[in-house]
Amino acid sequence: MSHLRADSALHAARAGAGGAFCLALGAAALLYESPIVLAGVIAAILVAGALAGVGPALRRAALLAVPLAVIVALVNPLVSREGLTVVARLGEIPVLGRLDLTAEAFAYGAALGLRVVAVGLAAALFTAAIDPDEVLRLFRRVSFRSALSASLATRMVPVLGRDAARMAEAQRTLAPDARASRPALVGAVAANALDRAVDVAAALELRGYGAARRPPRPAPRPWSRHDVGIAAAAVAILALAIAGRASGLGAFDAYPALSIARDAATLLLAAAFPLLAALPLLERRGVAR
Amino acid sequence: MSVLSVEGLTHRHPGAARPALSDVSLTVEEGEMVVLAGLSGSGKSTLLGAACGLVPHFHGGELAGRVTVGGLDTREHGPGDIAAVAGTLLQDAETQVVMGTVRAELALPLENRGEAPGAVARGVEEAALALGIAELLDRPTGELSGGELQRVALGAALAGRPRIILLDEPTSQLDPVAGDELVWLLRRLNEEWGVAVVLAEHRLERCLAAADRVVALLDGRVACDAPPREMLAWAMNAAPALATPGAHLFAAAGLRPPPAGVKEARASLRARGLVPERAAEAAGKASSGRRRATGSPLLRRLRRRPAGPAPALRLSGVWHERPGGRTVLRAIDLELAPGEVVALMGRNGAGKSTLLRHAAGLMSPTRGRVEAAGRVALLLQHPGDYLIGDRVGDLTTPPALAAAGLERLAERHPRDLSGGERQRLALALVTAGGGEPGERRRDGPPAVLGLDEPTRGMDRAWRGELAALVRARAADGAGVLLATHDAELAAEVAGRVVLLGAGEIVADGPAAEVLAGGWYFTTETARILDGAGGALLPAQGAELLRAPRAAEAAR
Repeated sequence: MSHLRADSALHAARAGAGGAFCLALGAAALLYESPIVLAGVIAAILVAGALAGVGPALRRAALLAVPLAVIVALVNPLVSREGLTVVARLGEIPVLGRLDLTAEAFAYGAALGLRVVAVGLAAALFTAAIDPDEVLRLFRRVSFRSALSASLATRMVPVLGRDAARMAEAQRTLAPDARASRPALVGAVAANALDRAVDVAAALELRGYGAARRPPRPAPRPWSRHDVGIAAAAVAILALAIAGRASGLGAFDAYPALSIARDAATLLLAAAFPLLAALPLLERRGVAR
Repeated sequence: MSVLSVEGLTHRHPGAARPALSDVSLTVEEGEMVVLAGLSGSGKSTLLGAACGLVPHFHGGELAGRVTVGGLDTREHGPGDIAAVAGTLLQDAETQVVMGTVRAELALPLENRGEAPGAVARGVEEAALALGIAELLDRPTGELSGGELQRVALGAALAGRPRIILLDEPTSQLDPVAGDELVWLLRRLNEEWGVAVVLAEHRLERCLAAADRVVALLDGRVACDAPPREMLAWAMNAAPALATPGAHLFAAAGLRPPPAGVKEARASLRARGLVPERAAEAAGKASSGRRRATGSPLLRRLRRRPAGPAPALRLSGVWHERPGGRTVLRAIDLELAPGEVVALMGRNGAGKSTLLRHAAGLMSPTRGRVEAAGRVALLLQHPGDYLIGDRVGDLTTPPALAAAGLERLAERHPRDLSGGERQRLALALVTAGGGEPGERRRDGPPAVLGLDEPTRGMDRAWRGELAALVRARAADGAGVLLATHDAELAAEVAGRVVLLGAGEIVADGPAAEVLAGGWYFTTETARILDGAGGALLPAQGAELLRAPRAAEAAR
């Protein structure tokens, strides 16, 4: 995962606003267990990603998040002892003891899995759409070195990916019996990553990083329409999520028996997230750099 | 006043048996442009590392002597402090550019110094304007070409207005056009900004004309410290591998003193009345000197299909179109005969590496066909990518190691090998047998050997060794396809040169014809003689220069 350049309101907005937007979506996912609301949050992230031009990056993130979610959904019934509707009796299992799989445990696992997907996608949206240099600038007065390390870590991913692809290609030119084993190749890629890290560290030293001084406060920047729009959407998403939670919308209880609120207010709440996420991104004036 | 002063510097890398630098002393004055010359392993990079403070603060090792940069003693000041007075540019731009956009990259050193936002913005603009990269300021660094990246890294080194710039083979990854541009950019900065430049470089013919002085290192010691012409005169006797082709040309023709560059060489020849007839005017015959690939692809294919032995490799109408991207190869028709050596030349991005990958079956054409008479062995640009293991002896068989002359290194770790040794070992691995795709795999020696930039970052000694290896492979009947920016190597080993431009073959003909009339894709000898007589190498040029004098003597 790395930052992708695109002409969108999310890219054009300042990193503080864009970061808050992604954080608000992630926070909304953490506030709810209801699959209906979580589906709304996931839809919001996907809509925002598509409008920001980073849909393929979200798709790649989903390829990692969805299997993880499936694992969570499958593991929960194995470790949960709650739920009334037994769907399978597996008897005595060493270490785990008596194991009865319940429909409620499966449902709760699925809800947890949806939350994993939502949080993963929100993080992917942040990585793909928010300029790491801007984020670095945002935090440099607080902890410049930590911010730079985090920024470099994301930037080195594609470089290391290219290195690994190059090594794999070189191996393809060799006779099958002369090719390195997979563990040896993984080891070489890891060693190469360390080499790259040393090179980057040397480059940073040469740019005066070792003697870095606390930077002066940056001059205030005027707020653009995208700064305002994205920040407003972030506030609205977070406020809606908190208000909905406080007023009991999107209720979900898996145990002892499954209960999901499906009232109109919950459905409206779920539908409001994609709408709020999409609105500022529909503004296309001044998005190009 | 000296901006760099090195006094009795000796340095031994951690765990090394012998010092990389021994009792080195030199000074660089304000506004000087100094070239550091030397074969691989002679200590150039270590000396630059000592000047910028990476040695010993970052790389460690034992250090004796004293280095002062802009008044800062490197024993007391680390690279972070020294960065305020010395900008440094290393070989690989990809790992030196650490920020996401060009603007952020140029701003980083200024921000590290705690400069006010206004000063940062001004420094960024000035560095960008000086280097001609203002239009790149908001581009992501991940999208830049090698030449652009190198300029951006240079911009970051210059943004703080250092008193001296230290550069370690900055042109090694660049094509001849970008390499020449970078050297002349350095000279311009040197003259306009007054910044001192210390440039370590293997291809001296590229930079001597711009240099005030050359410091030659041999085995970690300063062997010569003199103006370019005097250094070349010394090199012709003491270290011929360090002399430029121009110096070899003059020496072989019995002319003195050696020229520091093409302009000086031509002036010297003119003054002696030795300017040979220009190739282009030596009969309109040169109009076909660059045999441009003309006609329809079908006609070209028919024209190039003479009756005779089956080609070692045939590419017929090969296209490579990236999904959602640009067309990298366009209707490439190319035949390589057994035992023939063909040099593929062209600027970065012209499609040379892609063509080699198609030849080796690593890529499939989107249109067209690739046929090979047998196995295609391909050595890609980074030999280290092949050397995966902890011991050289584990990578291949003892006979293959012995054939590559590396049996004494069997116990070494591949990462501890020199650049030339890595190339030789990787070459031994790829030619040992096998290769993708499976249906093309055969046992026995390869029918085709592909080499992708095998002299990149290598010194002239390796070039000579490589030329011998290529000739040996060709003598064994393998067709050799050599993608290179190194016109001297192409002239030395290739019978035919194919020039690629934007994925198309723009010229295809005998090396003497294609290379002699060019400017960038040609040898220094041909530049000096302006392509006269199709002479590409110093010995051929010297023969041409001696001929009128011999005729005059006979009269």
